[in-house]
Parts: sequence; structure tokens; C-alpha cells
Amino acid sequence: MDLKRMGNQTVVFANPPVILASYSVVGPKEGQGPLGKTFSKVWNDQLHGEKSWEVAESKMLQEAMQGVIDQAGIPKEQIDFMLAGDLLNQIISSNFAARQMALPFIGLYGACSTMALSMAVGSMLIDGGFARNVLVGVSSHHDTAERQYRLPTEQGTQRAMSAQWTVTGAGSLLLGKSGTGPRITSATVGRVLDFAVTDVNNMGAAMAPGVSDTILNHLHDLQLKPEDYDLIVSGDLGAVGLALAGEVLKKSGLDMGTGFMDCGVMIFDASQDAHAGGSGCGCSSVVFAGDIMQRIKVGELRRVMLVGSGALHSPTSSLQGESIPGIGHAVVIEA
Amino acid sequence: MANQTLRKPTIAVTPEQYKSLSQQFSPKPTIAKNVVRAFVVGGIICAIGQVIINLFATIGLSRTEATTAGTATMIFIGALLTGLGIYDEIGKFAGAGSIVPVTGFANSIVSSAMEFKREGYVLGVGAKLFTVAGPVLVYGIATSIVVGFVYFFLH
Repeated sequence: MDLKRMGNQTVVFANPPVILASYSVVGPKEGQGPLGKTFSKVWNDQLHGEKSWEVAESKMLQEAMQGVIDQAGIPKEQIDFMLAGDLLNQIISSNFAARQMALPFIGLYGACSTMALSMAVGSMLIDGGFARNVLVGVSSHHDTAERQYRLPTEQGTQRAMSAQWTVTGAGSLLLGKSGTGPRITSATVGRVLDFAVTDVNNMGAAMAPGVSDTILNHLHDLQLKPEDYDLIVSGDLGAVGLALAGEVLKKSGLDMGTGFMDCGVMIFDASQDAHAGGSGCGCSSVVFAGDIMQRIKVGELRRVMLVGSGALHSPTSSLQGESIPGIGHAVVIEA
Repeated sequence: MANQTLRKPTIAVTPEQYKSLSQQFSPKPTIAKNVVRAFVVGGIICAIGQVIINLFATIGLSRTEATTAGTATMIFIGALLTGLGIYDEIGKFAGAGSIVPVTGFANSIVSSAMEFKREGYVLGVGAKLFTVAGPVLVYGIATSIVVGFVYFFLH
């Protein structure tokens, strides 16, 4: 049997899995942002009537997943796996959502890159013949992330200019072996790169090398150029990371041109006080499930590369003096 | 389909070069603006504190009593504004100007208490109350003990 691998680290699907449906749920700040109209559902407040932010985040993920199942109209019995991840310790948002969904569950952790990672793994399961339909989804919540990674939310401090704002949002997709919709044609699983960034307020800088490495290898593996894509979009590099990745790739001989964007830059505008932009698993998942899927459907975009970006740190390792490793996972979606 | 023996594409930047690139592309902290805001807001908070202490003095409290009562009042105001969700907005504007005064100390304790209430009163509020203020207390008290010894032996 022929390997479905190309080059160093890219898989090319023989029967590209179809994105049958997409659904996104976001918090109020994201709803007020420039992409507000592209989301399936906007919550009016961060707690949404739940007893804690953690419960709210898990409910948000469930809503997104149920939304995608309803939209696709596929009976749950035909969904063979659920893949999910989030930013909290022991990925509790996903575990508790999986408890409600009652599907065979694989929990994933790729920090903020988890959406692209779950799309890659889900596509491999389908193209490998292990599943008919796979439900993927991720979530993040501003307040659960703040209290786990940083300070109490009512603490009166100033955020650094390079800091990013964790997106409250959950995005979900239903991937299928057959049907109509955009297809996931290839995926490049990233390597962990660490360029000794220790500033926890500059995640974009920590992730840019990993993302650049994945883009470079993807294009080299498939012998393609940035112009072959209508859009190459990173997950949550933010303004600082996006500029850095562009520069690193330029020095490595790749001019990314104007088709290189970042979900974290797209989701908020300058008036929203998000500093360098949005971040978190939710960021790339809702921008992809909302805005990018819409633009693919109307024919504006025909070939998109989503490069999920993850900063693989923990408050513990940072306090112990470790630097912040970064990773990027790429998936290619074609209309 | 498989072309096996590759591996070269590696980004052409060394960690040292990346460090300077990263500094070049990261926005600089707005120090001048922050200092001015901290000075003004910190000054206003202290002026309010002084007014309150003077008021206590006019109703007959001694200087020491008035200072204690004034400080307690400022702590109450800091805690109240934290509970109302206002102090973090002041902090975002003023930075050190609202962290350093005693109202900021109240903010750090009350915000922790509010944050961890959902984990219960013992292992939540009880255990996490001093997450932010703890280091200030530990090193503040330790320093005062050292200074106390120095004072004791010099006199």
C-alpha cells in the first residue's frame, strides 16, 4: 500500500474528508468584534447562567457540537469519534462536554493549536478507514484561562502591549467520509520549536518559529508556493507573532505576500483593547467555523491553509525558568 | 508517492538572531504615559486618604488613631470598589498608581477571594486568599523583623 505521506511531515488524503457542517458560539466581546456577524451564536454574558466559568465553557463547547450535529442532520449513531481539546488543566471543558455527548472520545491537547490538530487527526481517522464521521471541536474562555494562567480577573493590573486576549468561544466541525462541502486535502503535523522566549506576555513571539517551520515544511513537502493559496491563516499569533513569522519566513526564503493573516488579528479591532489580538483554542476555531467557512462557501476562497499555533507552556514550567516551546499544525481546506 | 530521504527545511534564523528580531517587532511598553498616570492617580488616592485622616482628627481622634481609622477606611473603599468591579478598571488605567497604595493591597486580597469562592470557603477562599498579596506580606514582615533587630542593637 502506498504511503499517504509526502516529504518530511505532510500527509495527503487519498479521499479527502468533507466538512459537512460548522458551528461557532462566542462570548459578548467577540460578538461585538469585526467578525461578530459570522458566528452562529453570540452569548450575552460570560457566565450564561451557569455556576462557574468552567461550567459555562464546557456548555459552550456542547452547544457548538450539538449545533454542528443538528446542522448536518446526521444521526449520532453514525458519528464514530469525538475529538476535542481546550486550555484548562486535564482538558476539563472537553471531558465534561464528552460526558454529555456520549460518543467515543479522544481528548487532544495542542494548546491554542488544538483546532487544526483535531482536524488533522480527524481527517486521518476518516481517510484511514477508521471512521465514517468525526465530530471535532475546541473551546476557550477568557475568564477560565485568566485565573488558571494569570491573575484573578478583578485584580487591577495593566496588561503588556504584546499580550493577547483569550477568546471566549467554541467552534466545532463535523467531518465526513462523503457528502458535500469543502474538503480537507492535506495536513502537516508540526514540530515543537523553542527559541528561548520566556516572556509569558508575548506568546506570539513564542509560537512564531513553530508556525514558520510548519509552513516552510508544508510548502516544501508539497512543492508549493504561498501564492498557491488564497489564504494562509495562522491560529493566534497576534500582531507581534504574525509580523515575526513573516520576517522569519522571509529570511528563510519565503515571501508570504498579502495572503498571510492571523485569526487573532482578525477577531478583534483596535478599539476593543485586546492589545496584540485574540488567542486561545476558541480563536482559530470560531474564525474558521464562522468567517473562513462562509468565504469558502461563497467561492471567495478556494484553497486555504489553517496553521493552528500553540504555546506549550504552563505557569509551573514558566516559574521554574523554562522557556515557552511553540508548535504549529497545518491543515489545507479546498472548496 | 513517498519520497523518503528529505529533511532540510529549517528556518534560517538562529535563536540569537530571533531574540533581537523579537525585540524589534514587540511593541515597547508605554513607560512615559504609565508613569504620568501612576503619579496622578496614586497622588489622588493618597490625597483622599489624607482628607479622610484629617476629618477623623477634627472629630477628636488622636493623630495615631486618625491614621489607623483613615487606613482602615481606605482599605474598605478599595475592597468595595473591587467588589463593584470598578477597581480593575482603575488599575488598567493607573497601573502602579493604584497597586501601591493600601487600596491596591485590599484589591489583591478581595479579587482573590471573589475568584476562588467557587472552590469553597476552606480550600478556595481560605487557601487562595493571599495568592497575590502573600509575597508582599512575607517579605514585608521579614524585612520589618530584620530592621527591628538592627534598631534594637543600635539603641
